[in-house]
Amino acid sequence: MTDQLAQTPRAQANLVGLTKNDYRGNPSSLCQGCGHNSISSQIIAACYELNLLPENLIKFSGIGCSSKSPFYFLNRSFGFNGLHGRMPSLATGAMFGNITLKGIGLSGDGDTASIGMGQFKHIVRRNVPMVYIVENNGVYGLTKGQFSATADEGLELKKQGTNPYLPVDIACEALVGHATFVARSFAGDPKQVKELIKAALSHNGIAVLDIISPCVTFNNQDTTSHSYSWGKEHEVALHDLSYVPPAEEIMIDYEDGQIKEVTRHDGSMIILKKLDRDYDPTNRAEAFRVLEESNKDCCLITGLIYINQAPPTLFDLYNLPDEPLNRLTEERLRPPRETIDKVNSLMF
Amino acid sequence: MTLDNTQTSPVGEKTVDEIVNRFSITVATVNGSGSQTSNLTLMRALFKMGIPVSGKNIFPSNIQGLPTWYTIRVNDEGYLARCEDQEIVVAMNPATFIKDTEGLVQGGVLFYDDSIKSPISRQDIHAYPMPVKQMVRDSGAPANIRDYLANMVYVGIVANILGIEMDSIYQALEFHFKGKQKPIDLNWTMVKNAYDWASSSLQKSDPYRIRRSNKTAGYIMADGNTAAALGALYGGLQFAAWYPITPATSLAETLNEYIPVFRKDPVTGKNTCVILQAEDELAAIGMVVGAGWSGLRAMTSTSGPGFSLMVEYVGLAYFSEVPVVIWDIQRIGPSTGLPTRTAQGDLTLAYHMGHGDVKHILLFPGSVTECFEFAWKAFDIAERIQTPVIVLSDLDFGMNQWMTKPFEYPDQPMDRGKVLWEEEFKQMGEKWGRYVDIDGDGITYRTLPGNKMPNAAYFARGTGHNELAQYSEDPVDWENNLLRLGRKIDSHVSLLPKPLIRSVKEANISVISYGSTDLAIEEALVALSQQGYTIDHLRIRSLPVAPEVMEFVRLHERNYVIELNRDGQLHQILRTEIPDSSMKLLSLSHLDGLPLTAAWVVSHLVANEEKFK
Repeated sequence: MTDQLAQTPRAQANLVGLTKNDYRGNPSSLCQGCGHNSISSQIIAACYELNLLPENLIKFSGIGCSSKSPFYFLNRSFGFNGLHGRMPSLATGAMFGNITLKGIGLSGDGDTASIGMGQFKHIVRRNVPMVYIVENNGVYGLTKGQFSATADEGLELKKQGTNPYLPVDIACEALVGHATFVARSFAGDPKQVKELIKAALSHNGIAVLDIISPCVTFNNQDTTSHSYSWGKEHEVALHDLSYVPPAEEIMIDYEDGQIKEVTRHDGSMIILKKLDRDYDPTNRAEAFRVLEESNKDCCLITGLIYINQAPPTLFDLYNLPDEPLNRLTEERLRPPRETIDKVNSLMF
Repeated sequence: MTLDNTQTSPVGEKTVDEIVNRFSITVATVNGSGSQTSNLTLMRALFKMGIPVSGKNIFPSNIQGLPTWYTIRVNDEGYLARCEDQEIVVAMNPATFIKDTEGLVQGGVLFYDDSIKSPISRQDIHAYPMPVKQMVRDSGAPANIRDYLANMVYVGIVANILGIEMDSIYQALEFHFKGKQKPIDLNWTMVKNAYDWASSSLQKSDPYRIRRSNKTAGYIMADGNTAAALGALYGGLQFAAWYPITPATSLAETLNEYIPVFRKDPVTGKNTCVILQAEDELAAIGMVVGAGWSGLRAMTSTSGPGFSLMVEYVGLAYFSEVPVVIWDIQRIGPSTGLPTRTAQGDLTLAYHMGHGDVKHILLFPGSVTECFEFAWKAFDIAERIQTPVIVLSDLDFGMNQWMTKPFEYPDQPMDRGKVLWEEEFKQMGEKWGRYVDIDGDGITYRTLPGNKMPNAAYFARGTGHNELAQYSEDPVDWENNLLRLGRKIDSHVSLLPKPLIRSVKEANISVISYGSTDLAIEEALVALSQQGYTIDHLRIRSLPVAPEVMEFVRLHERNYVIELNRDGQLHQILRTEIPDSSMKLLSLSHLDGLPLTAAWVVSHLVANEEKFK
């Protein structure tokens, strides 16, 4: 799980002339085997494979183990590690500086579903165009093993006893909040994580990824729904998902009726290959139904749960110049001298 | 006096000298009845007649139903602070009628709604009944606007008795309704009818008169929140986030109103400023810190309760060196306190907002014109020093109308501070690290998101970091960084607005003040000098304490620090920062939630000085 520490075998350049190393961050200081490290690796791989320039990405996080991880990927991207539960507001403001940058927010279940529930719901409601990843392990790691708001009811932890509360379902909260892209995945399924990150990066709106990311130190017992073993046994993928960038040929073999394509505004495509059920991720009611069902059946539904490409993003609501706001100079920001008389005449 | 009133006025027959342009009018109404329009109309008409005037709205935290008072002070000599004496009362609220009547000075004037049934307890005043209900009924106006029109009745009658020119009233209405003819006509008709009724039915018996003057040329009327919003737009504000709170709300609403007017990009015609109503103050400051970090001129405006919610993010901005501007339009606290009353009680909190070692730059505008000026200056200071700048205004500035000097166009180009875009970054070469003090002045060079140079990015954080912005728990890194942050601000105090000092020859006592109390203090100092006191005055306009302030304090035997809070918060700061003169600093604090009066200053200062005789 710490493959970002390993050397890339061959420094192969992508279409923008960068090797995978150009997407790496500092060595992780999280625990060996932490799900978060696996997710960091998939972010690196996704950005590399999508030929994104790191300078065109921007990273944000709150507080917690998950929120440390932006330091472990994309060293060439600007990043801001903000306050507990308040990454969404930080990101919202910062992204106005240059709305062409692609935002990646990293949060955890404590950071999003406890202290940050309010800001999470509001960034979703505003449809701020960025990827919002929740590394969900059901436990507080940095403070050494307290229940989080997503912990299973009845979960037993060494110093805490038994958790009496029902868990918050982050994907469901996102859906209720009118998120335009909601996915769930499992750090133990790196291929799906990577494809979902790619699809999320191409989404023009808020893309919430609720990724079950086991905490090997405090919450990885076989019985907890946030463990590797439970995830492996109970994962039910909604589809076999692959992301096809714009202008790339679809190389997947399929029979008629076996795939669903979601074409994106940028010309890219999400190919959803049918597994054992028909699932339409553009149907919000259906999305609620599978989430409810998965909770009832105690399984881990993964894949693209919901997508809606129609709503405007927060930035669409402002009539902003094409040029980044943070590059505008005085002549464009300070009204000309002759207008001061008008100002004074507006007073009495 | 009504003509058919058989009762003779107790003072009516005496010849009383006219009192011209030197009194106050208090209008007592019920909150939510729309009296604000009428009061502003009277005040603006007086201003149009060339008479210095101020208006203070003393209102409850309530939408409808509780008593509210509006005091208009006219004064030819320009003394416009709140004053306690009520020469004229317009009584529209039965609930406060007795108290309002009792508050009148001897020989004062009472205009009252004649449907108020309470007997008039005073024999030593002039009383004019106003047939408000009758006139509103006669107007045939629709029921939903009758309350508003009722208030126009007193405008017409007061104008008639005091001699306020009707042309000026019309101009005030035109301004208020932004030239919309229908409401202008509706209100004007009522004012005119009331005026005519007074001409034929009332006989003037009181000595108070308004006479056209020429003392308002070169002034405007404005409130501090409007001034701050406009000043910020002239300061190149690019991002504002806010959450509704009295008395700060109108600042953000003014931004909303004027962004499309003043902030269209000359190149593309698009907006160059974003304003966003956040879900709370925690988010408002988070957005602003994000925007400031990404290179936007960013600002939020709030008041006490919201301000305290911003503490953690402001602490992070200080530590991660993000320029932001925060306006605190102070109201009286703690907690919800009195949300519609004024105070200067957030000083201590603002100065050390955060946890651990934090000391911020504070600015104190002392006039509405300075609200405009400090609003644009705050961005230059914040970006130059890469730190939050907190501007402390208050409800009195924010929500009341002040006669003030016109706003002046910024006299300096914008200072965007030490920012490296691609070209500058290349020139800087290997020397750069986000927190490397290349120039030795404590201020380091920052890069902004979107910079295309591969090594220009850094990871901003609240955790301990070294000069390269990497996580570090090394004690030496921590200590060096904290010391640099302190040095960075202390060595740039000269960039902040300097104190204004007014010295009299050989004064050995002084008054030190800041913010909205200036008019009351000026007036008090004139009165005190007439009583034989020789007093210097220093108005602080920024913190940390400037060397000029230290020198001033040391030169005086006794420095009275006058402020609107219980514990003398500025007094405490000055004592700490000028320890050798600690005993030379005395606190005079006023904390009833109302704007300061000259009478209070005089009486408290004299009482204190008596102790030293």
